Amino acid sequence: MNPIWAHILTLVLVLLVMVTIAAGLIYVERRMLAVWQDRLGPNRTGPFGLLQVLADMIKIFFKEDWIPKFADKRVFVLAPMIIMMTILMTFAVIPFTPLISVINLNIGVLFFLAMSSLGAYSVVLAGWSSNNKYSLLGAIRGSAQMLSYEVFMGISLMGVVVMAGTFNLHDIVMAQHSIWYFIPQFVGFIVFFIAGIAETHRLPFDIPEAESELVAGYHSEYSGMKFGMFFVGEYLGITLISALIVTLYFGGWRGPHFLPPVVWFLIKMFVFILIFILMRASLPRPRYDQLMSYGWKILLPLSLLNLLITGACVLYFAPGH
Amino acid sequence: MSETENIVSALQNEFGAGFLTLQNTKDEFPTCWISADSIIEVLSYLKNIHDRPYKMLHDLSAIDEQARNYRQGQPESRFTIVYTLLSFERNSFIRLKVPLTSENPSVRTATKIWNAANWYEREVYDMFGVLFEGHPCLRRILMPQSWKGHPLQKCHPARATEMGPFQLPEDKQEEEQALLQFKPEEWGLDQVSGNDELMFLNLGPQHPGTHGVLRLVLQLDGEHIVNIVPDIGFHHRGAEKMAERQSWHTYIPYTDRVEYLGGVMNNFPYVMAVEKLGGIEIPDRAKVIRIMMSEFFRISSHLVWYGTFAQDLGMMTPVFLTFYDREKIFDVVSAICGDRMHPNWFRIGGVTQDLPNGWETLVKDFIDYFPKQLKLYDKMVMKNSLFKARTVGIGVYTTEEAIDWGITGPGLRATGFDWDFRKKQPYSGFENFEFDIPTGKNGDCYDRAWVRVQEMRQSLRIIEQCLKNMPGGDYKSSNPLTTPPRKEKTMHDIETLINHFLNVTWGPVLPPNEAIFGVEATKGYNSYYLISDGSTTSYRTRIRTPSFPHLQFVPYISKGYTIPDLMAILGSVDYVLSDVDR
Repeated sequence: MNPIWAHILTLVLVLLVMVTIAAGLIYVERRMLAVWQDRLGPNRTGPFGLLQVLADMIKIFFKEDWIPKFADKRVFVLAPMIIMMTILMTFAVIPFTPLISVINLNIGVLFFLAMSSLGAYSVVLAGWSSNNKYSLLGAIRGSAQMLSYEVFMGISLMGVVVMAGTFNLHDIVMAQHSIWYFIPQFVGFIVFFIAGIAETHRLPFDIPEAESELVAGYHSEYSGMKFGMFFVGEYLGITLISALIVTLYFGGWRGPHFLPPVVWFLIKMFVFILIFILMRASLPRPRYDQLMSYGWKILLPLSLLNLLITGACVLYFAPGH
Repeated sequence: MSETENIVSALQNEFGAGFLTLQNTKDEFPTCWISADSIIEVLSYLKNIHDRPYKMLHDLSAIDEQARNYRQGQPESRFTIVYTLLSFERNSFIRLKVPLTSENPSVRTATKIWNAANWYEREVYDMFGVLFEGHPCLRRILMPQSWKGHPLQKCHPARATEMGPFQLPEDKQEEEQALLQFKPEEWGLDQVSGNDELMFLNLGPQHPGTHGVLRLVLQLDGEHIVNIVPDIGFHHRGAEKMAERQSWHTYIPYTDRVEYLGGVMNNFPYVMAVEKLGGIEIPDRAKVIRIMMSEFFRISSHLVWYGTFAQDLGMMTPVFLTFYDREKIFDVVSAICGDRMHPNWFRIGGVTQDLPNGWETLVKDFIDYFPKQLKLYDKMVMKNSLFKARTVGIGVYTTEEAIDWGITGPGLRATGFDWDFRKKQPYSGFENFEFDIPTGKNGDCYDRAWVRVQEMRQSLRIIEQCLKNMPGGDYKSSNPLTTPPRKEKTMHDIETLINHFLNVTWGPVLPPNEAIFGVEATKGYNSYYLISDGSTTSYRTRIRTPSFPHLQFVPYISKGYTIPDLMAILGSVDYVLSDVDR
């Protein structure tokens, strides 16, 4: 087949699969939460309620696409697109198998960090343009939270980069042939995981949209498909962070040969997605200042220390030392 | 010397012999009529009296006397202001009445003596039109600002049909909307502090964190709370006004709905106040049944609080589990009472029906089931370190502050003061039960939560004792005022048949007098103050609910904290808006 066509096919495939997974996660989350909370969850639409997502989507598409009179119209429309775009673009660098990945960037890790920084704009602009005090408070909290947790996220990743000696995600997976990085990089993994929750602002770090305080935070004024984009964007974010954890710390598509690589990748990814959901089911939400001081006082020193020790070890054990 | 003679002679020594008029009431509270000129001095004397002071303003309300038939021996009065004070050291109340004779009555404010008087005086102004001189912000509190008239005056119509059709012409609509404009000055709030402009955030009346239709106007510096002004009254249904139209018997279902999580706990003080007025002795079995059912409702109410409190702090799971357990309670309640949340089950002189066959099994099953759930919640919520981080040291107040603001119930016990009316002034046979009073230490959100959790365990103990020692005998008194009287007895003699006929068709007639009765309800001390004018309806029903002063306290304890802390405080105070607004 023409390599260009193959490339486009991969691209479309990844896009479709990821958006479908994210949408499907809405169903998975609702069912899993129900299991953990002694109730049934959606079970009426289609077999086992599987068509619930479809029904929700139809509903959300046909809702009036209302923009508040007092909102800054252009920015208001732009904000939800940013979150979808930045996250979907990051999926381009993830190697799902040795063969399936949209682009093999040699700065894959940096590309991810850059994109997640841009994602913060979505929250800020949504909150700002809504012209609503609850949205604004949510946006202020969200931007502070995302910017500070990005710092530890980046530093915690550097341990992996130092060990693999590359920014290329393909090569990082290849480098894990003898040992998955979550063992030597356990501290880094934990910091990355926590920062990942904060990046996707999921419970317990859903402070920008804390329901009992800020109604719906930065997306209070959104409805219809624009709200849908924030909603799906959140699940895309979970999928992305889970995929990255798998790639960086759990050997990516690696696994015993009785299953194809892509299946291994998806299995590992779903385990982390379920952990995300389980955390939502079990933890309360810290206060905003507690979150910040936890980040700067505990996670930052921890990730720096991790980087320092990793670097020292790599240098010490380097061949020719 | 009795407590009444004791305090009356102390007052006479201080202010002179002829200055007060005593009134005999069925509840045997010392009831003194005092002129408006000296009431503030008397209140402040009683609060600061050296020997066992009356530290808490328990209630402040009024009576419109213009339609009274029987008030022999009482001073001439058009409006009577009633102050009820509580002394913890004496373990007794005192009631002071102030007669006001003019058509535009006014009296000096008591807000300088008790902070708690603020909202009570506003309510009296709103409901009766009595002015309080020197009150810091005398606005309507329950009714809309544009309301014409004062609802609890006897001349004010009780029903919409008495008021003519509602019309909203354009100019009136504009007027109403102009009144809704938020002007910080009217609320007593400043726009700036120093050089900083402050932000106002309107929280509610529809907000997921306020648990009902409550509006809070927050004055914020960043996310820090400078001041809060609560706006209540959205849930006002005129429960006290309704009582003046219902017979003594048909008012019982309305009490169910005053604190809608409390169910029969609300019937409890009402029927006991009526029984006191009528001098009805109720059989032991009815007493124990009443205790058992009201303790079930205490657990049920605390379970709602437990789940929603955790949810306010971002935990989503407990609320599903606690509501599931609450359903288990409702299974028992509906098997016994025939309904779930508002069973309307207590009757004047007893309870509606005897316990059904097999009730022991249902109660036993619940007693066996519930403790392990409480353990699970302890693990999930109370021991969670994030939960502790959100609640320990937040919304702290001392016992003195709590008493000054009229706080009762778990909110008072969380400060370390073991005051529980079930123990201190036992009613309905509580003196025969073994249970402890859980108390906290610091008076913060966590302690308030802890006290409630322990209370559920104590309630379970009480229920277990009810199960083991349920006395036999009647579930209803044979007193002629019992409503409705037991049918089988009516078939034996003409006297009870006549009573049955009258009590069922007109309702019982209670002798003219007055009585108050209070119980340790789910949220705190809930009392009903009933005045009978010798007819089938109450002349005045005053419902003193715990949530009203508790909500008034919220701004005071929230200053300086942030919005997330406010949610923790609101959750830990555990008010119910229907209980606030009545």
